[in-house]
Parts: sequence; structure tokens; C-alpha cells
Amino acid sequence: MIAQPTGIRNRELALLILALLLGSGALALVAVARDQRELGEAVPMMALLAVFYVAAHILMRRFAAQADPLMLPLAAVLNALGLAAIYRLSPEKLGPAQVTWTLVGVAFFVATVLLIRDYTVLARYKYILGFVGVGLLLLPLAPEIGETVNGARLWVDLGPLQFQPGELAKICLVIFFAAYLAERKELLAIASRRVAGLHFPDIKHFGPLLVMWGLSLCVMFFEKDLGSSLLFFSIFLVMLYVATARIAYLAIGTLLFVGGAYLGYQAFSHVQSRVQVWLDVFNPDYIQAEGYQLSQSLFALATGGLFGTGWGRGRPDLIPEAPTDFIFSVIGEELGLLGTAAVLVCFMLIVARGLRTALRTRDDFGQLLAAGLIAIFAIQTIIIIGGVTRALPLTGITLPFMSYGGSSLLSNFILIALLIRISHQTAAAPDPARTAEILIGGRS
Amino acid sequence: MHKQIRRMGIGLVIAFVLLFAQLNYVQFFAAGKIASNRSNPRALIREYSIKRGDILSLNGKQLATSVATKGRLKYRRTYPMGELFGHVTGYYSINYGPSRIESSYNDHLLGDSGVVSIQDIEDRFTDSEEQGNRVRLTIHTALQQAAATALGDERGAVVALEPSTGEVLAMWSNPSFDPEPLASHSPKQQKQAWRALEPASPTSPLVNIATSRGYPPGSTFKVVTVAAALESGRYQPDSRFPDPDELELPQTDDTLTNFTNRACTGAGSIDLFTALEISCDTTFGKIGLELPDEVHETAEGFGFNQQVPFDVRTEVSSYPEIPDDRKPERAKAAIGQQDVVATPLQMALVAAGIANDGEVLRPRLVREVIDPTGGIVENYEPEVFSEAISPQTAEQVTEMMVAAVASGTGTAAQISGVKVAGKTGTAQTVEGANPHTWFIAFAPADDPQIAIAVIVEHGGSFGSEATGGAVAAPIARQVMLAHRQLSEEW
Repeated sequence: MIAQPTGIRNRELALLILALLLGSGALALVAVARDQRELGEAVPMMALLAVFYVAAHILMRRFAAQADPLMLPLAAVLNALGLAAIYRLSPEKLGPAQVTWTLVGVAFFVATVLLIRDYTVLARYKYILGFVGVGLLLLPLAPEIGETVNGARLWVDLGPLQFQPGELAKICLVIFFAAYLAERKELLAIASRRVAGLHFPDIKHFGPLLVMWGLSLCVMFFEKDLGSSLLFFSIFLVMLYVATARIAYLAIGTLLFVGGAYLGYQAFSHVQSRVQVWLDVFNPDYIQAEGYQLSQSLFALATGGLFGTGWGRGRPDLIPEAPTDFIFSVIGEELGLLGTAAVLVCFMLIVARGLRTALRTRDDFGQLLAAGLIAIFAIQTIIIIGGVTRALPLTGITLPFMSYGGSSLLSNFILIALLIRISHQTAAAPDPARTAEILIGGRS
Repeated sequence: MHKQIRRMGIGLVIAFVLLFAQLNYVQFFAAGKIASNRSNPRALIREYSIKRGDILSLNGKQLATSVATKGRLKYRRTYPMGELFGHVTGYYSINYGPSRIESSYNDHLLGDSGVVSIQDIEDRFTDSEEQGNRVRLTIHTALQQAAATALGDERGAVVALEPSTGEVLAMWSNPSFDPEPLASHSPKQQKQAWRALEPASPTSPLVNIATSRGYPPGSTFKVVTVAAALESGRYQPDSRFPDPDELELPQTDDTLTNFTNRACTGAGSIDLFTALEISCDTTFGKIGLELPDEVHETAEGFGFNQQVPFDVRTEVSSYPEIPDDRKPERAKAAIGQQDVVATPLQMALVAAGIANDGEVLRPRLVREVIDPTGGIVENYEPEVFSEAISPQTAEQVTEMMVAAVASGTGTAAQISGVKVAGKTGTAQTVEGANPHTWFIAFAPADDPQIAIAVIVEHGGSFGSEATGGAVAAPIARQVMLAHRQLSEEW
């Protein structure tokens, strides 16, 4: 009935090898398309990555034997495709840097899986993590160390180390939300009245929602980071709903969000131009100005068409911010709709596995944590892919595992590690129901 | 919480499905339309990755050529002869598009592939040594230079044709422009150069006066009127006309006076031959009144009222049909005034047609298209545009034009030892403004090698004293002399 641990891990190994072969193939093609001699640099890089991934797998055999077998290979294939695209754009600088970040990321993945032997322990540190999360979120506002890049203040510069604390903040905050909501969910769910068919909780229970709303507005107004603002607020809203089953929270939250978005639209010309560009991207009046990024992204995707130009044969270097926010468009130009659809399927599979983990987990905290982690992963993916394909107004955030950047890679590896830890613990822990059956000597 | 997590999952799946739908739209259903947007730099990069073919003068000088750059666009266009050929080659500009030969021969200059389709792009980013065809013009740089020197600082144009082939020997308009900054790869430099040329102004140097500006042709048009009279069979060169001080016009008290405000000869009558020789307005006014349809038809035979096929864009010259209730205008139209408008190219076609036994050849700027290996892709043969008048009429008009240069209004165009046929024109414009001065000619009269039209706007530096004979004829002479030195035929 339950798959044997070794069987699960063998499946993982097989998939991982497949992912690494695909990734090596992509990198080799990129290298060959540029210059035959570059193959000599690409091969060791790929070998090093393979060693790290396989090492992570071997450690999982020992320490997380019953964990979900799909997540690591899926993360690896997305990461390798992203790496090939980044290497293709910048073989001297960003490519090798991304290899390094991936190695560090895999190391963090392993460390997370090894160090957090029992995820429920995390709930004990909820307030610390909550403060750290909010602190990290607001850190870029600090004078001296905060840095504005492309109009948004979301970088922190500590001399030799620059990072986007928002990426790490999201994990801290999801843990905090999960612990907080697990504790309070009954209280928050008490409905004192019915309005328009919805059960409305007591007014005072809207407090946490308002606090999060305020925090999101801070991020939007002071850091000018729409994507993160939207991400943090929506994740809290989703988790609140999951915990309480109260549609009223979603309704009020959505209204608050719309209100906030309207305020942002009124207050900032850059928000207005984003929306304007989204509605009419090919308008010649601003196709070379505000609409430049998005139109270039769409040109890349459209030029790629169904089959793509092939690695190294398109001109994705023409897209601004190609290695970070627009990595998906790079894939779209060179691998076509087939490539982007495959990437989309990989993301969906990770989300599906995360949801499965959440559903199988038996304790409230674990369920909320898994649901929250996978929700934030999914929403971030949807916001940025929607942005570069013009399904949504464009907001600059990274595409998990694929975009260039250390902060993003590290936090997503940690996120996947936590999900893997939860899935292992859930599968390994004796099922209380079954235990009871054995104890009372029921059917067996 | 299972129910909520499932619902959340459904929501996320719906979002992913919508993303997939949008991807299908962008990358498949609307891909062609989006990719072919003018702002997609890929097509431009593709086009500029081809070494665009040279535009060469008749004597093989590079008028436009492509040089490699280090930028994103691989080749840049340069124009070694600068503004001397600006109106001929045109420019190859990213923002302002190609013009003139750069535009009309774009497909050849880009190579055999012709128009680049967006679908080609993906296969071709990597290969590099694509080269376009070369276009060799009919103009010799020395003659073009002679035309520019002869016109000097005067505002106007010189158009010279080879009557027997229609090949353009020189086409110079002053002011001209250097196409090079317009082909710059720096958008800023391009824009600055463009603005400096005041493209919206009617006097912009971008206007090729030779082909794109119409003027009243004045007395040069009398060769058309006289040809119509002879073609009609009702008049001969020795047919006599009254020689009044002023020609009375029907339907009005207005009269048509001669340039000198008195009778042309004072002898009471004048023959047609002399009338052309000394440019007698009253005689031609009378022909206009008597043969309105014939003059109209002959004008059209020379190319008026229609788009004359040419290698660059031209304005249509017009000779309007004048209704019966406006007969006085017919007299004025017959002497090239009123609503008659002709480009310098059109008047050169008139001269060339008379020179070529009445047959007007399609004017040509391009002799041949040569592929990168030296093979001839296209070789343009002479092509008859129209049979304007009979050879006999052409001969008679030629004799009159010879007389006009030998002893009439065009003596300034005489070349010793050569019979030159010519006709002056001094065209009234608006009240108060100095007249435009014209001269059309061809030489040698008995074996024409060059036909020419010259206009100097508002008489140039001669001001109100200007006449076609004094201002334009010497310029035509200088160009004809230069051609004689260059040519081995005469």
C-alpha cells in the first residue's frame, strides 16, 4: 500500500538523472551554438551541479527517505533550463555566478532537510520568525544599506553582500502565518452574523488582516514594489481562508486589496503607466519608453512561436532584464511554445505535489505551512509569468528556480526543502488511525 | 481544511490554465502579427546584417556603400559623394525609412532574397556574409558635378537626358542634402539631421526640385504648342499670324500682351517660325484659342497629366482641360502660364522627345543591377514611353529651336561648332515675385546626344531683370559642354 522508501528514492534518482541530462543537453547546445570551445567550460560546470544534486539525493535517502520524489527533480530541471538560458545570455559573468548560487542553494537545501528534523519545532519560534520576516521585508527601507534598483527599493547592500531580503522574508512570514493561524483558527472562524449569505466573523478578528494590509501598503508605497506587496497580502489572505473557511475574509480582503491598488494607482505615475502599458502595449506613443520591456518580451515570445528559434539562435539578449524578470521570455524565444508549456507543466507539477503534501499532513500547522509555502510559490510564478506574457500587469519579481539571483534561488531551495521535510515526516510518522487499529486488534 | 486546500488548488490550476491560454495566444495565434510589429528590432537587425549592395555611378564610383560597425546593427550606410547625389540615391534611414533609389531598389540592394520575412529571421541570425546586389546608375559623376557647378548657388534644378535611351545624364537640385547623417545608427543624430532639414517646409532641401516640384513652364511650353499647331496640319512654319500690340481675348476685356508690351516685329504680321525664334506670346495665345484640344493632346503625349514611369517618385505635371466658358485661360495656358505646371524632368522629356524624332523614352536612372559575383541581374533596355509627335513635326520644331539659339532669345546657349536647339522661358509667378527662368535644349541638333532642362527659381541672383535666356541658358550650355568633353560621340 505504501511505497517502500527505497522505491520512492529510486524513482527520484531516475527522474533526477533525466532532469540533469536534459539540463546538460541544454547547456551543451548553448555552448556549442556560441563556440565549440566553450563546451570545455560547460561540461565541468554541469558535472559539478550533477555531483551536488546527486549528493543531495543520497543524503535524502538517509535522512528523508519517504519524502516526495518529484520535487527535487522538478526543481533541478527548472533550475538547469534557467541556468542554460542565463549562460546563453551571459556566459562570462552571470552564467558562472548562477552555477555558484545553485551550488550554494543545493547546500542550503540539504542543510534545511538535515537541520530541521521536525518541522513542528518551527511553530515554537513563530513570533521570532514573524518579527524577522517583517524586519527583512522592511530592511531595504533602512537608510545607508537600503538600495533602489530599477525604481524599487528592495535590495540591501552590506558591503560585500547584496541581497533581496524579501525573498527570505516570505518563508519566515509563511511559517509565522501557519503557526499563528493554526493556533487561532477556531477563534477567527467564529461567525457572529450573516450578511448577504456570508458568515461574518466579529469585527475585531479582522485585525490581523488589517495589519497585513498595512504592511503590504508599506511595501507598495515605500519600496515601490507592487509584485511583493501583492504577493504578501494575497498569501496571507489565502492562508486565512484555508484556516477558517470563511469566504468573508476573502471578500473583505479582496476589497481591501482593490482599495490599496486604487490608492497606489492614484499615487504613483509608474503604477498608472504599468496599467496603461498592460492595456495597450503596442501603442507607438510609448512602445519605446514605458512599454519597451513588455513589448520586447512579447516580441521574443512571438518570434519564438511554436517551436522556438533553438538555443543560441534567437535574440533574447534584446529583452531588458532578460536573466532575471524575463527569463521565461528567453525560454519562449528559443524553445517556443513547446518549451514554455513544458516549463509551465513543471511548475504545475511542483504545485500539485505541494498541495498533495498539504492534504496528507495531519496537523494543522503542517497543513497550513505546506499550503502556504506552495501557495506563495505558485502565486509568485503566476504573477511573473502572467506579467511577461501580458496576462497581468507587469510587476518585477523573480521566477522561482529559473531567474538569475542568489536570494531567489536560496529561498526557493529552502522552501522546497521544507515541503520535502513535511512530506517525509507525514509519510514516516505512524498514521494515528492505523495505530489505533493495530492496538485494538482490528482488521489487519 | 482539506476542502479549502482543494479549492485553493483548483484556483491555482485555473490560473495556470489561463496562463497557458495566454501563451497560446502570444506564441501561436497572434505570433505573426506581434512579431511583425515595426518595433520588434529583430527584423531590423536581420536587415542590417546583410551587406547592402552599393549604389554606383555610371563610371563606377560608390555613391552609397555599406561599412561594418561594431554595434548591434552590423552595417551602416555611407554616402561618399555626400550631397552631390543626395536627391538621387536618397537615404537609408532607420526612422525615416529608405527613399529614392534606396527605396525603389531596396529588394535588389538587400540581395536575391528580396523582402525579408520574419520567418526567415530565426535561421539567419548566425550566418553573416550575405551581400546585396549593386545598382549602377546612368549618371556620370563628372556630369553631375558639372550640373551642380553650373547651377552654383541658385535655387533650382538641372535635368539632362540622353534622348535616344531616356537615360538620365544628370539630375541635380539645389539645395541638396547629405544622406549620411540620416543613415546614422544613433537615433539622436538621425533626428537632429532630419529636423535640420525642415522636412515639413516647402523649401526643404529634401524636396527634389527636379522631379517633385511643379512650376509654370512659361515660354518653354511654346515648343509643345507649336508642335500641336504643326501636327494639326492647319499650320506650317511659314504660316503667317497677325502681330498685334496685344491679343484681344474672348469673353473679357482683358488682353494678352507680349513680354515687351508691344508687337513682336512691328511688321503687322509674323510667321510661325519667327514667332518661336523670338518667343512671340500673342501668336501662341492665338493658337491656344484656336486649337485647345490639340495643344492638350500634344501636352499629354509628352507626359503631362500622367504618372511618368521613373525610378524615383515624381510629381505629375499638369496641363488642364479648359472649358468653353473660360476661353481666355486657353491663350495663357498655351504660353505655359495659368494653371500649367511642369516639373523640370517633364520639360527635359519635352526637349528629349523633340530631339528623338518625336518619340519620348521612359526616363531611367538605373542602367543595371549586378550581383556580388559580378553577374548581371538586370539590364534595362530603352523603352518607348510615347509617340508624342511625328518625326516631321519634330524636325520642324528642331529647326525653330536652332534658330532661337542661333539668333533668337537663347543665344547664350551657343556652342561654337555645334548646332544647339533650345527654348527660353520666363514664367510669371505671383504678382510682385520675380519670374522663374527656364531653358530647355538639346545638342547637337542633328544628332542629339543630350537634352536638358534648367530652372532657376525666381530668376536667382538676376532678380526682376532675369530672363530664361540670361539666367538659365548659360547654365544649360555649361552642362552641355561638359557632356561634350566627356562623351566620345560629339
